[in-house]
Amino acid sequence: MFDLDRWQEIFQTLSKNKLRTALSGFTIAFAILLFTLLFGVGNGLKHTFEKQFASGAVNSVYIYGGRTTKPYKGLQSGRSIQYRNDDEKFINEKFEKEIQFFSPNIQRSMQVIYKGEQNRYTVRGVYPDYQPLESSVIQDGRFLTYLDIERRAKVVAIGRLVEIDLFGSLSALGKNLNIEGISYKVVGVFNDPGGDNDERYIYAPFSTIQGMYKPNDELDYFGLTFNPEMDVDQAVAFGNLLTTLLKEKHSVDPRDQGAIRVRNNAEGTKNVQQFMLVLNIIILFIGIGTLVAGIIGISNIMVYIVKERTKELGIRKALGATPKSIVGMIMLESIFVTAIAGYSGLMIGVFTLRALGDTLEKYFILNPSVETYVVVGATIVLIIAGTIAGYIPAKRAARIKPIVALNDE
Amino acid sequence: MIKIEKLHKSYPIGKDSLHVLKGLDLHIKEGEFVSIMGSSGSGKSTLLNIVGLLDTHDEGNYYLNGQKIQNLDEKKAAILRNKFLGFVFQSFNLITYKTAVENVSLPLYYQGMGRKERQQIALHYLEKVGLKDRANHLPSELSGGEKQRVAVARALATKPKVILADEPTGALDSKTSAAVMEMLKDINREGMTVFVITHEEDIAEQTDRIVRLKDGVIISDEKVNKSVNV
Repeated sequence: MFDLDRWQEIFQTLSKNKLRTALSGFTIAFAILLFTLLFGVGNGLKHTFEKQFASGAVNSVYIYGGRTTKPYKGLQSGRSIQYRNDDEKFINEKFEKEIQFFSPNIQRSMQVIYKGEQNRYTVRGVYPDYQPLESSVIQDGRFLTYLDIERRAKVVAIGRLVEIDLFGSLSALGKNLNIEGISYKVVGVFNDPGGDNDERYIYAPFSTIQGMYKPNDELDYFGLTFNPEMDVDQAVAFGNLLTTLLKEKHSVDPRDQGAIRVRNNAEGTKNVQQFMLVLNIIILFIGIGTLVAGIIGISNIMVYIVKERTKELGIRKALGATPKSIVGMIMLESIFVTAIAGYSGLMIGVFTLRALGDTLEKYFILNPSVETYVVVGATIVLIIAGTIAGYIPAKRAARIKPIVALNDE
Repeated sequence: MIKIEKLHKSYPIGKDSLHVLKGLDLHIKEGEFVSIMGSSGSGKSTLLNIVGLLDTHDEGNYYLNGQKIQNLDEKKAAILRNKFLGFVFQSFNLITYKTAVENVSLPLYYQGMGRKERQQIALHYLEKVGLKDRANHLPSELSGGEKQRVAVARALATKPKVILADEPTGALDSKTSAAVMEMLKDINREGMTVFVITHEEDIAEQTDRIVRLKDGVIISDEKVNKSVNV
């Protein structure tokens, strides 16, 4: 298969015709370079959006209460809606299938002291289900358990930054914290990809906090995640139904927007997904356009090259070159130039993107990079294009009668 | 070596066709030194192209080395050209970006010969035409006469049966013309069949046999009386 003579012949042709080789190589390298940069920047935009929506689970729903803005069923407007434990039961029963994780929440800012160090932190009374809701990850110890809830245990799981604030380099695990005068044992330390704020929370058992700070079964809000098997539209419908049922239960006018507020991530996800889709289509469109321009460029050059070499090919045929050897020679040249140039363009593009790194974060371009398969795919497309671009004129050149080619001036 | 019977060839020109060769009969034996004389348009180049398998004929028979030539595909024609025929053209037709020795070794490359052997044989033939010292020069660095000598060396490299020369001296001055003709004579003396096309009387007279062509037919075919030239 590997024919040294043939390759020597090709290297000679290419190196003796430097301008021609450089021109065709440049076209291809430039096309691949543009393609790589474009995809990289597109991916950078995507990364930015993904990061913006990374905090919390993507399928989370939060249910807050507020004040009514409309009178309804004889009730005045301005009435405040207070959730209680029976709301938890109600939601759980109505949406058993749709809900994956579910937790009521009581949230307060409290003074927290450990030995000489003290600070104010948001303390949340929650169920163990709250952990996946926030996408927090335990790095030491454990999160809360249902046994803690049952026993109204005075235990807490603290954020990584709380540990650093109060304990410095020491481990907080097993130590007792003084929270508003009551002693809690630290059972776990977590980190959270959502950022610094999310790593300064303290989680305590819901029952413990409710018993201490909320009379009459009151609670602040609910957090839940819906079944991830639901698609975006189903999830949005679920959120709407949940809102309607809660309004009914609390005698709120269906048109009242203030009293029952359900923040459904699915709606945001839907918008983001649509935005990403449009972005992807635009990138794909421009990318394909660039590739097509590159392909046309190679085709043009190959047609020109073969035309320019008609006489040479005629001489070769007169000296005994078979049509096959002519086609083979031109195509190997074409493929060789395309592959080398395409690879160089690819490398320049990849290194440029790597050099850019996060310097364009201001412009919403974060870590611009390309998936290897995209670029390898593009290079293969170009090589195939180079092959076809070489094949058609080569075939035609091989068909020309040598006498016609020899008379070509 | 070359036997032609009732050969016809016409070229389409628009709707009409131009009848160029009108039933030629010609027999050239091995070792002959023949020239085809004729003015432009007489059909002599067409004849050479058909004999050289660069073009096909319409009617009649053509035998090359006893083999009947018909319905040749490009590949077979290429192999026969490589094996039996060596070409010398008026415009030299050297590949411009290859040196003299690379040009000479090109037909050997198409025979599938190894690089070293090719180089050796090419140098041998360049020496024979007196250009060994110019072996690594590009055609653009050679004079017209030198280019034609490189072309002759290239034609000889595959040890063909027949050398076909199309106006080999057409682009050369009289002094270099004489040198090239002298070379062709030497080749013929070694036993190779040489077939020259020319419109110059004094070139034709240096060959052994002159075939005169006019308007696609042979009007005379005579041996040259050598004693006249001596």
